[in-house]
Amino acid sequence: MSSPCLSIKNMTMAYGNFIIQRDLDFTINRGDIFVIMGASGCGKSTLLMHLIGLHRPMSGDVFYGEESLWQADYKDRQRLLRQTGVLFQSGALLSSMTLAENVALPLTEHTRLGAQRIRQLVSYKLALVGLAGFEDYYPAELSGGMQKRAGLARAMALDPKILFFDEPSAGLDPVSAKLLDDLIRSLRDHLGATIVIVTHELASIFAIGTYSVFLDMETKTMIASGPPKQLLAESRDPKVLRFLTRGASESSNISAIKRQGQEIL
Amino acid sequence: MAVDNRPSNITVNYKANLLEVDIIGDWLLDSQIPDLDLILAQFGDGTQFNQLVFSTESLGRWDSLLMTELIKLITYSEEKGISVDTKTLPSGIQGLLGLVSAVPERAGVRRQLIHISWLEIVGNSGLRLQGDVNALIVFIGNLTLSVSAFFRGKAHFRWVDLWRNIQDCGPSALPIITLISLLVGLILAFVGSVQLSLFGAQLYIADLVGLGMSREMGGLMTAVIMSGRTGAAYAAQLGTMQVNNEIDALETMGFDPMEFLVLPRVLALIFVMPLLCLYADLMGIIGGALVTVNFFEVSLVEYINRTINAIHMLDLSVGVFKCAVFGVLIALSGCMRGMQCGRSASEVGDATTSAVVTGIVFIVIADSLMTIICNRLGI
Repeated sequence: MSSPCLSIKNMTMAYGNFIIQRDLDFTINRGDIFVIMGASGCGKSTLLMHLIGLHRPMSGDVFYGEESLWQADYKDRQRLLRQTGVLFQSGALLSSMTLAENVALPLTEHTRLGAQRIRQLVSYKLALVGLAGFEDYYPAELSGGMQKRAGLARAMALDPKILFFDEPSAGLDPVSAKLLDDLIRSLRDHLGATIVIVTHELASIFAIGTYSVFLDMETKTMIASGPPKQLLAESRDPKVLRFLTRGASESSNISAIKRQGQEIL
Repeated sequence: MAVDNRPSNITVNYKANLLEVDIIGDWLLDSQIPDLDLILAQFGDGTQFNQLVFSTESLGRWDSLLMTELIKLITYSEEKGISVDTKTLPSGIQGLLGLVSAVPERAGVRRQLIHISWLEIVGNSGLRLQGDVNALIVFIGNLTLSVSAFFRGKAHFRWVDLWRNIQDCGPSALPIITLISLLVGLILAFVGSVQLSLFGAQLYIADLVGLGMSREMGGLMTAVIMSGRTGAAYAAQLGTMQVNNEIDALETMGFDPMEFLVLPRVLALIFVMPLLCLYADLMGIIGGALVTVNFFEVSLVEYINRTINAIHMLDLSVGVFKCAVFGVLIALSGCMRGMQCGRSASEVGDATTSAVVTGIVFIVIADSLMTIICNRLGI
């Protein structure tokens, strides 16, 4: 179960000369629901961009299994990234296409399936995310939550082994966010995919996260890693605790904070 | 990585009233799979069977392809009244089947393909045209109110926006205006020279270029350039603001978007266009001079004298006035399409396209009208 799926080795990320995060070093295991957390602006989404091949790290590397993502040439990188699917924060559906066309896009581009078969696959993916019958709708005609689920259907089009989520529950009501969490978990269970989530939504972090890293803005590196519940129970770092207890740790008494934290859960 | 795919197959065993479907091999997106319709045909009308079970001992790797085939099989069987037992399927497949049926399709949600007759299409475009004209009249009305508020000193907008717009559509446009006008002057001179040199009247190229540029071409070319450059930019800016809810935000803060966004843009273009037109006239005349002096044995002084004699103040002011009118039309079409923009990326593209098209149509119509009026009035 615990074979490494994605390893980040000694990676430093920067925009120009401005360093976002340095010396990141962690491994994401197959079948994990891995949470990347941290305060707004600490570089969570930037880290995601580096993992999915949109930004080149300043130093260090990302490994898919044994293969390096950034040492590879363009073609190999495309091949590695073919096994990933990404759900962007706002769904990022192409607004000039219907849902069916959006989901079919990667299928028509990367497989040689016939139109009839693609249509069936699209219907299946949309049904998986609870959007059966919405094939011929345009993204603008759907609510935010539905757009996000349609984005998930597109991310899953090619049966990826790794699914990345950028703030999946941002902008959703608590019930929809919970449903999306459940969906993510059952997809992991049934598809056997590895899930990487960037989020600061505490409820989701504790509900579905099996492992996590915490990125800190001031020291510009990761200051904690482990299963989220274990971090809450055992971490002694005030920054991590303040985050995981919604700032309830302003008082210095750590055990009191932990009690508050448990109550929140 | 490179594991060979085992061939996929389905066999059906009949045991009295029990159908046993055996799924064999690897079922991956790129594998060859048997035609399910042939297998479904073996079910007959389904009356002799009442249960379907699966056997998956020899099933290898699978992905969405197997899922779609299974869904088809199960739906078909259930339609025939055969009850399907999925308990022997791998748990992952069972889970996914559960997810697929978790949210049943809502009635009436699916869209039917509707055939629209050409008569309806014509009718719809007529109605749309009527809607467009209405929107245009409303927009012009609102703009007039804002302009009158401006002259009464009551318009709410930031002067810095006005200056920035003037900078954007004035000085920044000079390079492209220079290039195009110079070339238009050059072309006019060459085309005219072919006829005029037939009877040795090369000197009159100066008249032709001077009058052509100042009355007509200077203004028209400036307008076409600015429509593509600034009209499109206005539509894209306002359209993107519409997508980002920025215009809603302004309205809730008590600003009239007409005054705050549209007015400075319109004023900037009205102010700048006449100046650009004069500049374009000058560049065109220089272009004409380049050709005439270099190729047709006319001295520069002669050319300049001829030009000064040919162009009257009236010609210049007709050109400049036309250009100011074009400025209003460009700003109007750009801002109107931007403000009408929908809420998605593709609609910003549509708004920009239609801003340029509308702008150029308006310009050409207005130019023809003004030319006819000038002709009738004898100016």
